[in-house]
Amino acid sequence: MVLTGPVIPPGWFPRWLKPVVFLAALSPLLWFALRVVLMRSGDPVGVNPIETAIRFSGDQALILLLVSLAVTPLRRLTGWAGVMRLRRMLGLFAFFYAALHVLLYAGVDQLFDWAAVWADVLKRRYITVGMVAFLILLALAVTSPQKMVRAIGGKRWRRLHALVYAAAPLAVLHYAMMVKADLRTPLVYAAVAACLLLIRLRRSETRPS
Amino acid sequence: MMLLRHRRSWDLQERDTTPEALWASRRSFLRGGAALLGGASLMPSLSATAATGPAGGGLADPGPAAGGTPLAGVTPRPDLAAADPLTPWDAVTTYNNFYEFGTAKEDPARRAKGFVTEPWTVTVDGDVARPGSYDLGRLLMGIGLEERIYRMRCVEGWSMVIPWVGVPLAEVLKRVEPTADAKYVRFETLNDPKRMPGQAWRVLDWPYVEGLRLDEAMHPLTLLATGVYGRSLPPQNGAPLRLVVPWKYGFKSVKSIVRISLVREMPRTSWAAQAPQEYGFYANVNPQVDHPRWSQAKERRIGDFLRRDTLMFNGYAESVAGLYSGLDLRKWY
Repeated sequence: MVLTGPVIPPGWFPRWLKPVVFLAALSPLLWFALRVVLMRSGDPVGVNPIETAIRFSGDQALILLLVSLAVTPLRRLTGWAGVMRLRRMLGLFAFFYAALHVLLYAGVDQLFDWAAVWADVLKRRYITVGMVAFLILLALAVTSPQKMVRAIGGKRWRRLHALVYAAAPLAVLHYAMMVKADLRTPLVYAAVAACLLLIRLRRSETRPS
Repeated sequence: MMLLRHRRSWDLQERDTTPEALWASRRSFLRGGAALLGGASLMPSLSATAATGPAGGGLADPGPAAGGTPLAGVTPRPDLAAADPLTPWDAVTTYNNFYEFGTAKEDPARRAKGFVTEPWTVTVDGDVARPGSYDLGRLLMGIGLEERIYRMRCVEGWSMVIPWVGVPLAEVLKRVEPTADAKYVRFETLNDPKRMPGQAWRVLDWPYVEGLRLDEAMHPLTLLATGVYGRSLPPQNGAPLRLVVPWKYGFKSVKSIVRISLVREMPRTSWAAQAPQEYGFYANVNPQVDHPRWSQAKERRIGDFLRRDTLMFNGYAESVAGLYSGLDLRKWY
């Protein structure tokens, strides 16, 4: 797995990179908005908009979560240290889509009927699992600013943010538990998540202490 | 002589023949609601967008662009019509659960295009006096087509109101003469991965199998549909022949039927086999018995923003509750 030399210079980080990645992470939302405007016949967004929006935001949250988990392995594999400067933004985008997902469910689907939402969280196991994953992302998002890192202390902060390794499998599990019969997409997510987590395991075993 | 008409809960009423303008406003409401989800700033441009509903008045013909052929000699049955505005043709024909053509809602409309349904043979076997492989046209020949507007409640929690065209299943069964041993009817969907690309993946144990108790099958509400909105069924809706059992969850209404068997034992049906703790043989719409993963108390009618209460037996209790007297509906879900 060790490449002979850095593929990308470690310090490479052009000024346009962050805005471009920002737009790329936002583009699914823009695409969804466009689908709403175009209202093409046959697009489920026109038939069952609420469910389509909930599914869509959940998918994006999962994808961004996995992308943010790919940052560190990418640095290790390519030697490109600059990629680390994208990690917080990608993680916050994962939280953004997850928050949209939860808000659409609690607000639009359940009309902020918190009693009903709470009953769902307790009774429906896939919602319990999803909610735990979301609360983890919420905690990580709240503690993401530099100021918070300093306030908490680097070591403790890192320990707290290691919770993302639980959030990702929980989010995939939430999806898999919700599906009626076709497990193909959740299994793809699960495979990607497993790779991204296993790379880390191997790495930490071989790393000198 | 005085004509007495007993109004049943599912009777069509004066206000129920939805004028097209109303469909149109529903449609634009839908757009508006969706726009709110996608981005509120888009609202003004949307409100000006011309709405499209099925053309014409009354039970509108969606037009030749819709595909299929108009069906002639259809007798409307307003006495059996649901008292609800129709779900637009577009939604009925693009938002489908038909795993034989893929598991996403939009898959069947796209991937069933060009699905050939002629010739179509239906095999009738089991405990019948007249078994055989019947050409579909011959099997239904002489039985008058009826139009029936039924509510359709999906087990997933959404619902539609659909103007089906078809024949009472009872008429077809009488034709093949079930014997005294027949207790259940078993239906089988076509199993042909070359024509049904979704079958390349074993999401379900193909072929799709559904079943009814014989008295459910003989019930006058139970329909074998060959059309919708006055036209022959589009492939994504189960062409050329599908079951419609309006008081049961949608998955009972098996599509593209190639075999009808009269049997003695309760058939092993596809979803009940796939997840027995979630789907039963009966699958009667019942707001009091939850699916393990979601509540069945409410449903979202396609086109509506708010959920509405789900009705016992999907609103057909008056007509069908008698079939289940003495049956524990919690146990036999």
